Amino acid sequence: MKLRALLGNLGLAFGVLIIVSPAILFFIWMASLSVKMEIDNASYPPVLIPTQFAWSNYAAVFNSNRFTTYFFNSLIVTGSATLLALLIGVPAGYGIARMQAHKSTIVVLIARITPGLSYLIPLFLLFQWVGLLGTLWPQIIIHLVVTVPIAIWIMIGYFETTPMELEEAAMIDGATRWQVFRHVALPIAKPGIAVAFILAIIFSWNNFVFGIVLASRGTRTLPVAVYNMISFDQLSWGPLAAAALIVTLPVLLLTVFAQRQIVAGLTDGAVKGG
Amino acid sequence: MANLETATPPARKAWRVPSYWPFVVPALVVVAGIIVFPWLFTIWMSMHEWKVGAPTTFVGLANYMRLPTDPRFVEAVGHTVTYTLLSVILPVIFGTFAAVIFHQKFPFRGFLRGLFIMPMMATPVAVALVWTMMFHPQLGVLNYLLSMVGLPAELWVFHPGSVIPSLVMVETWQWTPLVMLIVLGGLSAIPSEPYESARIDGANAWQMFRYITLPLITPFIFVASMIRMIDAVKSFDIIFAITQGGPGSASETINLYLYSVAFVYYDIGYGSAIAVVFFVLIVVLAAIMLYMRQRLHWNQTGGAA
Repeated sequence: MKLRALLGNLGLAFGVLIIVSPAILFFIWMASLSVKMEIDNASYPPVLIPTQFAWSNYAAVFNSNRFTTYFFNSLIVTGSATLLALLIGVPAGYGIARMQAHKSTIVVLIARITPGLSYLIPLFLLFQWVGLLGTLWPQIIIHLVVTVPIAIWIMIGYFETTPMELEEAAMIDGATRWQVFRHVALPIAKPGIAVAFILAIIFSWNNFVFGIVLASRGTRTLPVAVYNMISFDQLSWGPLAAAALIVTLPVLLLTVFAQRQIVAGLTDGAVKGG
Repeated sequence: MANLETATPPARKAWRVPSYWPFVVPALVVVAGIIVFPWLFTIWMSMHEWKVGAPTTFVGLANYMRLPTDPRFVEAVGHTVTYTLLSVILPVIFGTFAAVIFHQKFPFRGFLRGLFIMPMMATPVAVALVWTMMFHPQLGVLNYLLSMVGLPAELWVFHPGSVIPSLVMVETWQWTPLVMLIVLGGLSAIPSEPYESARIDGANAWQMFRYITLPLITPFIFVASMIRMIDAVKSFDIIFAITQGGPGSASETINLYLYSVAFVYYDIGYGSAIAVVFFVLIVVLAAIMLYMRQRLHWNQTGGAA
């Protein structure tokens, strides 16, 4: 009996190892590529931990004069698109949940299943006519395609589970709908807002397809900038891997620290942008 | 207070529905602008001969008629089907397995789950860049790993025959966690009674999984498959960043072809027609998903988190 329990535990440990290792090994290898000299990255058999660390790869990325521009572009696009989405999506989620307008969620579903490229053709022409190309506005606006449905979807789900009693009591006491929302519903919904906020940030930060069409040289976001590095210096793997790691590191940290919210949000609506 | 309560109910009932409208109006405006308008405009453009910089003419359904006779589009449909099918089946199998493992209790489970879901949250382009390096036939680490277990070197994404399976490998690595999370939600909703009675009847672990667990999580596996299908059909970042549809056009899916038509050849009218047909294809899949989801609602009342 004891042997069986031991074997069971060993089997479980083996199973855990098997399913987790592809993720762990990949990111370890990514980190390894980013701290190696060109010689080490081109050696066969491959080297995991180099004798000499090439921190200069990171310095090269930060010192390239455009990196800070791209970083702030990403920050502005993701930040604005997320804040606007919450401003619009949280009240909308509340309204839809309270009106029980379940049919309206079909729009959110349509947004969820439409390929990102389909929005790009008409909106690209529109931005061209209005003369917005060359600024960050087209990207901020089109990122709403990703962030607003996430916010609405998650907030509907959240407000549907919050109890109505408090709101009804406040209404009987003479509060207006806006006051009820602002002072009763909103404070209770904070965890839901956190989920919407985190997921909107991640999917907007990661977005690539909108940027390759709408961004010009000065308005690239980080994913687009990294992609353009691939085509230009195919051979210097170290700085490339360092850039890739820098771009995705904020998201990875967020994933580890806000895991509970992310898991709750993804299992609830299974949202994903793009 | 008492006065209010007796006096207001009928009036409040009447006003209840309209008075929530102000909350929804901003979202309606935005949705109309960035989702509804683009769709109407796309349909309008798809019925025109519309190239950037040239005058437009109404051509009716000519753009749609062109699709079946366009060998590149037909080929892209084939690639999309293969890619999607593989990218649904593999993550669903691995994800279900992973969910069963994560349903057990073991030390550092939360932390390991966090690591496990990292591939799906990481920036796809950054991930694709590293995979491209790993796929490198001479210097890539994957061929080194193959040689360690005595297998011959592969050309991975650099050969038309192996490019789609290689990309599916990346897609599977990336999206298995989502399937795992959905199925894990299903597992946590299963009550423990059936297992207790099965154990009394002398069932072994496999029998319990096969006859109790699997039937109960099938609805969740189905939802995961549908979501996976929608995402796999329109997969773009990974394919574009790693192969751009190549070598040749061996990994060009509908979405990649749509990009070329609209933003490389600037054939807006034809691109719009592809976008509409592509969307209809996905809607048919999504309709199935919605239908299943509604049916699932009855089974879910047990309360998945």
